[in-house]
Amino acid sequence: MAYNCVVLVKQVPDTANISGKAMKDDGTVNRAALPAIFNPEDLNALEMALQVREQYGGQVTVLTMGPPRAAEVLREALYRGADRVILLSDRKFAGSDTLATSYALKCTIERIGDFDIILCGRQAIDGDTAQVGPQVAEKLEIPQITYAESIRSLQGDEIIVQRAFSLGKETVRCTLPCLLTVVGSANQPRPPSARRTITYKLAATPLEYSALLEKWPEFETEEALDRYLADRSQKIPVWAAADVSADEDKLGISGSPTKVLKVDYVVLEAVGSKEIQATPESISALVQELVRDYIL
Amino acid sequence: MTNIRQVWVFIEREAGEMATVSLELLSKARELADRLNGRVCALLFGHDIADLTQPVIHQGADLVLLADHPELEMYRTLPYARVAIDLVQERQPYIFLLGATPIGRDLAPRIASAVRAGLTADCTALQIGDFERGGKTHADLLYQIRPAFGGNVIATIVNPQMHPQMATVREGVMRLGEPDSTRQGEIERIEPKLDERDLVVQVLERETWQPRCDLKGASIIVAGGAGVGSQENFWLIRELAQVLGGEVAASRAAVDAGFIAQEHQVGQTGVTVRPRLYIACGISGAVQHRAGMDQSSKIVAINTDPDAPIFRIAHYKIVGDLKEVIPWMIRVYREKAN
Repeated sequence: MAYNCVVLVKQVPDTANISGKAMKDDGTVNRAALPAIFNPEDLNALEMALQVREQYGGQVTVLTMGPPRAAEVLREALYRGADRVILLSDRKFAGSDTLATSYALKCTIERIGDFDIILCGRQAIDGDTAQVGPQVAEKLEIPQITYAESIRSLQGDEIIVQRAFSLGKETVRCTLPCLLTVVGSANQPRPPSARRTITYKLAATPLEYSALLEKWPEFETEEALDRYLADRSQKIPVWAAADVSADEDKLGISGSPTKVLKVDYVVLEAVGSKEIQATPESISALVQELVRDYIL
Repeated sequence: MTNIRQVWVFIEREAGEMATVSLELLSKARELADRLNGRVCALLFGHDIADLTQPVIHQGADLVLLADHPELEMYRTLPYARVAIDLVQERQPYIFLLGATPIGRDLAPRIASAVRAGLTADCTALQIGDFERGGKTHADLLYQIRPAFGGNVIATIVNPQMHPQMATVREGVMRLGEPDSTRQGEIERIEPKLDERDLVVQVLERETWQPRCDLKGASIIVAGGAGVGSQENFWLIRELAQVLGGEVAASRAAVDAGFIAQEHQVGQTGVTVRPRLYIACGISGAVQHRAGMDQSSKIVAINTDPDAPIFRIAHYKIVGDLKEVIPWMIRVYREKAN
């Protein structure tokens, strides 16, 4: 029996490799200082889906919601083995918190329709909330299995999954369809394949056409480029709020119950701090002081 | 009844007892409810757990909603979410707090989605305050405070309209109050309404193990960050901890780099600690890390970068190479001990 997987992925700022200042002086995010990457645990989710396809057959669809630039992670998903990718992008999604995001994703998954397993990373490294996965599952009224580390078996409409926590593990049985949030220890994501990178060399969304036309003036019009890419399965579809029949009141800022009241810069009050020279003598004096003060 | 603001706490159980994080949240909920002239209500789910009701009340609850059912014996997402969602919809609490544990992080978003409430993960502080927007003042909201975005800022989040205002908090973040065995409270038994759709997930096997390190209880902690540079160099951190009789900790960067296991991580998404002495080695001191250790009585920081933020909260500042400084410390301490 074949299983269709939908993988939810996110393009995130690489918080582990911030070069320069992450915030500008006006308090907005300094995107230039933050390289954008495929959220690491979403790669583990994609790998798990690809392994399901290899073992049982079925299709792997990768979905992301984000600005036009998020097409980058979809191309990467194609290079790594996804059958189909979709970019969910619309200004109406701007300012969405996890509740509004999960609603938009739920509407999109309903339009995709035919799915058995939804997979996403346990959490994204930019917010670390781990909320969108369970919220999508609730909105689709399907069970969730968080902290999934491996699929032990898949038979008929039943899945057995091992979950992994820092201080324990658990094996659960569940009926399909269901949603898994996948932990980083699940697998070693395969690298992009050279062959697929060539195959999908041209893959682009219509939102990128105007930039591409400057690179490839021979196409003259967006229509010509669109036809060319569509004929070669290189067109990445972009769905907007209306395409997934989403209720606008539930999207973006108006659909988000959480509001940011304020953002404070972290101002550290220097404590009565003592400078210790990095010399054997000063370190020795420090250790003796700590011992004398009953700290050590 | 609806005009009395209720502060709810989901009670997590561990090996037949209340989880520490739940006790801490009850203490915080008591403080918030007193500020709001409200009531603290504890959600206690399980089977044959009536013996936990008194400890919950002693820790600050006015009311215990007790759902005792064989299907609730062990935590499972769907039946627990079903009971909690029904209760939230029926009673409309003002605030709802859960531990940011594997259970709380599984359950809270499922509930928030169903009742369309805002949820803030891993808060490092909770306060009551007002919120003005569009000429309208929302009084006495829950300020959900957490570091954001690479740790450069602290964000204060509010949910002005869609209640309950939900938040998760890690263990060790809120202060644990003393139980008061003279406190009186009310116990109300809930009849869970579960159907077969709530029971489609079965737990076949469950295994838990004790933490190998006890960071929370440690009075001396030696912690390493990205600046340690390699797994090999991390042995210096372990050696210093061993010599001083302390525990080994790490920043998230060191955990992500694979120097040490996640259970050693101190900070917003790790453990919060308050040791007598915290030695931060090669840790720059992002706010997420500081949130987990800035209550330490004495902080010694070793870093090659004189501008590292960790120095601003350190009592002893050592600008230097930890590969030199740590061996000196070890030698001096060993000599003293002899």
